[in-house]
Formats: sequence, structure tokens, C-alpha cells
Amino acid sequence: MSENNENNVTGLGGSSAEWPLWEVFVRSSRGLSHVHAGSLHAPDATMAVRNARDLYTRRNEGTSVWVVPSEAVTASDPDSKGGYFESAQGKSYRHATYYTKSEGVKHL
Amino acid sequence: MTTQTPGLHAVPAADPAAQAEQDRAGQEHFDRIIAEDSRVEPRDWMPEAYRKTLVRQVSQHAHSEIIGMQPEGNWISRAPSLKRKAILMAKVQDEAGHGLYLYSAAETLGTPRHVLNQQLLDGRAKYSSIFNYPARTWADMGAIGWLVDGAAIANQVPLCRASYGPYGRAMVRICKEESFHQRQGWEILYELSHGTPAQKQMAQDAVNRFYGPSLQMFGPPDEDSPNSKQSMAWNIKRFSNDELRQRFVDMIVEQAEALDLTLPDPDLKWNEDRGHYDYGPLDWDEFKAVVSGKGPCSVQRMQRRRQAHEDGAWVREAAAAYARKTAAERASAELIGA
Amino acid sequence: MSFASHDSATKQSAGNAITAEDIREGGSKAPEDVARYALYLGDDALMLAQRLGWWIARAPELEEDIALANIALDLLGHARFFLTYAGSAWGKTEDDLAYFRDEEEFRSCRLVEQENGDFGQTIARQLIFSFYQYELYRRLVRSSDPTLAAIAEKALKEVEYHQDHASQWILRLGLGTEESKRRVQDGLHYMWPYVDELFHDDELIESLGDVAVLPSSLRADFDRRIAEILDEAGLDVPDVAGAYGGDRSGEFSEQRGHILAEMQVLARQHPGATW
Repeated sequence: MSENNENNVTGLGGSSAEWPLWEVFVRSSRGLSHVHAGSLHAPDATMAVRNARDLYTRRNEGTSVWVVPSEAVTASDPDSKGGYFESAQGKSYRHATYYTKSEGVKHL
Repeated sequence: MTTQTPGLHAVPAADPAAQAEQDRAGQEHFDRIIAEDSRVEPRDWMPEAYRKTLVRQVSQHAHSEIIGMQPEGNWISRAPSLKRKAILMAKVQDEAGHGLYLYSAAETLGTPRHVLNQQLLDGRAKYSSIFNYPARTWADMGAIGWLVDGAAIANQVPLCRASYGPYGRAMVRICKEESFHQRQGWEILYELSHGTPAQKQMAQDAVNRFYGPSLQMFGPPDEDSPNSKQSMAWNIKRFSNDELRQRFVDMIVEQAEALDLTLPDPDLKWNEDRGHYDYGPLDWDEFKAVVSGKGPCSVQRMQRRRQAHEDGAWVREAAAAYARKTAAERASAELIGA
Repeated sequence: MSFASHDSATKQSAGNAITAEDIREGGSKAPEDVARYALYLGDDALMLAQRLGWWIARAPELEEDIALANIALDLLGHARFFLTYAGSAWGKTEDDLAYFRDEEEFRSCRLVEQENGDFGQTIARQLIFSFYQYELYRRLVRSSDPTLAAIAEKALKEVEYHQDHASQWILRLGLGTEESKRRVQDGLHYMWPYVDELFHDDELIESLGDVAVLPSSLRADFDRRIAEILDEAGLDVPDVAGAYGGDRSGEFSEQRGHILAEMQVLARQHPGATW
């Protein structure tokens, strides 16, 4: 099945008065990435940013927030979990610890 | 095939033909995750009963936070000092936040918040019975912080390791924030107990009223709690109701001594053999009545929640209408631009 | 109790901003006339915080409970700064001033004492007051009184946010549905008679020179900016006469007594007690 949501153009929750769901990402300090903090409901992006600030940074947890309509997130398919991340396994030569000859040599 | 379900959230059953095979592989994967004490994430396959149990537990927990705002919110306007007013306001605000973290976790299981909220408003969902008791005096703000939040924290700390990832993460955030809640409650009682005789009497009275109900917050005794066993097998619950209750009693005895207040339980005494405090029987008939909507304030709590929801309807509609209009305007502006 | 340290989205800190305790322990004693001016500012903030606090657990959506609580907490903080500083002139604490003054001793304006009404009425009051406060604090940061300037600097950043919150809602209610437009326009009409007095100069303020900000000097900017946002929201600036009696004396306010009766009841049952 497709992970895309091509029929949800606006991400604005259709005609109902229910506010759509937004995913919130918080940057805790300069130099770090935004990390997923949780979600909230807001009528639009402008209010979502403000609600995110009020909800997820009441104790100085962040210097910046991102909000993304939950519907806009495309995720890897958990059903193919086995195969999907398999390829990254067994390639130990991608990791520095694979190279042992240089042990004891400084700054390497 | 497209789905309304957001990418980070639960995926409903797929094509029925592949269902059996998917369920078998899913169950195997799920069992392995639980056996390894790893975490289940929203888009993983999970048994329907596991999903249902979690939706029920997490949403009840969220409802408790939201209804729990009322007994304390009731005192914001009358707090006896500006410092206490600020603390109480911040605390009740935190409870709204905790409710939101938990609804957010519950939504990842595929049930939208407005559905969960409707269950609460219709009286189909339960919430912690303690919030159906009145908060009559200022000392109740102390007793609620110390005993009610104390019991909640004792319950919640192990839930930080709950097998369902979003629930555990919400609990981590909540536990971090709640550490101030219990302390400020204890401090309120400390000030009262070291104040005038009238203040001390107020403190003792509040402790007398909240002691029993706070012990009942851990749920029925283990032998009457049939669902607990399954929750423990799924690594949602880590300790039984009675274990947590005992742990809580052992903690508060000393804390009460430091407050110079007594706990209203003639059977409370140290048991050398068990290495724990014994405590007297709790009134489970009262508990059952209060949790099922017959508490002293059950009707007013629900009425207040419904009223807020109804009064807010036109505001929510206005904001949604504005969002649709501006989105449509933006779309047509882009078309013209193209 | 230990928590995952890699979860950087939950790292907390208390921050380092001015607190009421700093002002109390800082030891600068307000001159008596400055203290009387600080009461104007503190009482306005306190009354509005008290009014907004009512919304917590009653807002249209949970996210909005939190937003209104944030604003109420900010205002309560401002009140504590100003009242603590005012109290230094007379050897009184913030609580002496908040809980043990009678109605006629308060100096709040009538706008902040008005009832919340529905969400539209509350937002109308928020819009008027946050726009007024913004113009005030923007100038008060240059007060020749260093404590007032420091409080204004802290408060200004928060009021900017209150202004934004009110503006966002004015747009949504003004342009949302027919009902929301009607309700928020009614709210503006209800509050508008109490706009004039915000800009009323009196002898005390005139005598304070560059310690204070002349309220009349804020009016032009306020009018221009309010007209802009209401125009954008498709709402009318109400054509309503100012209500008689705008001298902060409380002589022409019915609301103040109700607010104080509730706010002070417990503290007055136990005079001299600590909490």
C-alpha cells in the first residue's frame, strides 16, 4: 500500500471543525537538530507554531520549533521492516571500528 | 491505494488476502519485541487487544489530567499569595499540557482526539475517581499536590518504560514536569502545618480526606484486577497495583512525619517481617461508586467539561473556516502566479 | 529517577530573567510618587491576570487553555514586579498590596476589570489592552527609573507575544464565520467605552517627568495600529463614546469589588498568616 496521501492536498481537515494534527519538532539549542517532541492540534500552520511554543517549550526546552502536518509525513513501511533496513547491516566497513590496524596510531 | 492515516501513526489492516500471513509475521515480531523488552512503535503490527488496552489506558490517563484541572483551577482566583497563585496557575496549565501529551500518544494508535473527547463527554470513558472529590479548602491544594500527584508519580515512573514507545515518551516528559507538582503541594502543607492553629487544622483535615482516595488511585487490589496480569505480560504495567500502593505508603509515612501531620489510618504501622508498613482496609464500595459517576462532584465536573466544549464550538469552527479560506486564497494566488 | 539524556526535546532550564525576588532583594526603594505610578501598572496587570485565570479549563480547545494560561502567568509576573517595587516605598510586600487594600485603594483601569464574556469579548479586551501595553512598555524601557525600565524590558517581550496572540484570533474570528464576526464585533463594542481612559494623563503622571510615560502620547500609535488590524480582520472600529469617569479611582467601577471579594477572601480570613 502507498504511504503517500495525494488526496489530502491542504492538510486542513476537510469541512469539519476538527482541527488537524501537526507533528512538532524542537531544537533544544543552537547547533543541534530539531527532534520530534510530539503532536498537537491547530487550525493552521500559524497557530500550530504558536501552540507548539506554548505546549512544548514552557520550560525553555527550545530555541526553535518546526510544525509539519501529520498527513504530510511519509514513513518507511514497517511491514517490509526486515528488508528495508537489512542492507545497512553487515556493512561493517562503513564504521571506523572496522579498521583495526591503525590502533595506537594517534589522531587517526 | 491511499490512506488518511498520517505517516507517523497507526496503520489499519491492509488487503484481507494477505491478512493471515501479515498477522502471523506481525505476532511473531511483536512477541520478539516484548520478549526483548524493546519498544513497540505506532506503525508496528500489534494485537488488537494490545491496541485497545492502550487506547483505553492512555486516554483515561489523558481525561484524568483534563478533569483534574478543575479542582485546582477552582482555587486559582482565591490563592492566598501571588506566589502561590502563579505556582498553581503554572501547575494547572501543566495538567492541560500533560493531557495533550497523552492524547497525542493515544492518537498514534489510530483514534483521533475528538473521538476520545466525545467518549469523555458522553460519559463512556472513565477518569481517575479522585477528581470527583471536592477541593474545599486551600489545604486541599497541598494534599492534592503531595498525595494525589505523589500517587500519580509513583504510578507513572514505571510507565516511562512502558512497551508502547509514544506512551513511554509522554510519561518521561510528564514525570520530569511533575517533579515540581508534588513538592509544591508538600510545601503548601508544610507552611500550613507550621502556621497558625487554624492553618494546621486545615492541613490535617485535607490530609484526612485525601489519604484514602489517594491510595485507591492505584486501582483495586490485585485479586480484583483481572486486566493487570495481561498489561504486565505486555510490559505496559511493570508493577502490580498492590506493589505500587505499598511503595507509596512506605514513602509517605516519613513525609507525613516531616510535615508534623498524621495519616488517618489506625492500622498504619511498621511490619518488621515484611519490611513494609501495614495499612488498614480501604473502602472499595466507595471507590466503585465514585469511579462510576456517583462521586460528590462527578456531575459538576462533567457539566463543566461539556460546557467548555459547547461554548468553544463557534471558535473552533471560525478558526477552521479561516484556515480553509486562506488556504484557498493561497492556492488561487499560486495558480495566478503560475 | 533518571531519564534518557539523548532526548534533547525535553531538556529544561529555568532561564535567567528578572524575578519579583530580585526586585525585593535588590533593595532599591521606590520614591513615593514612583510607587503610586507603579500601582497603576501593577494593578492593571493583576486584574487582567485574575480575569484570564478563569479561562483555564474553560477555553475553546486545550491548546488555548495553555495559551491563555501563559498570558495570565506573564501578567501575574508583571504585577508581582510592579507591586513589589511599589511596596518598597511603604515597607509593604506584594501580598500586602494585593490582598489588604480595599476597593478604593486600587488603581486599575476599568478595561481590565470587565467581565470575560464569551471568547470574542475576551479577545477584544486582549487586543485593546495588549496593543496599549505594547506602546506603553516600548517607551517605559527608557524610564529614568532603572527598576521600572528593567521591568518594562522584561514585560515588553512578553506583551509582544500577547499582541500577536490577540491579533491572530482577531483575524480568525473576524474572517471566520458570520457568527464569530458578530460575536467579536459585539465584544469590541462592549469594551470600547473603556478605551479612552487608558490614555488619560493625570497630575501624578505629569509630575513624574521622564520616569513615567504620558498616556496621551500613546494614543496616535495605538489608534493607527488598531485600525490596521481591525481593517485586516474586516471589523469596524467601534464608534462609541468613552464611559464617564476614567481616573482609576474605582469610584465608577462595579466590577472591582467582585474581583477583590474573590481574590482576597482567604488571605483576609487569616491576617498575618504565611502561605
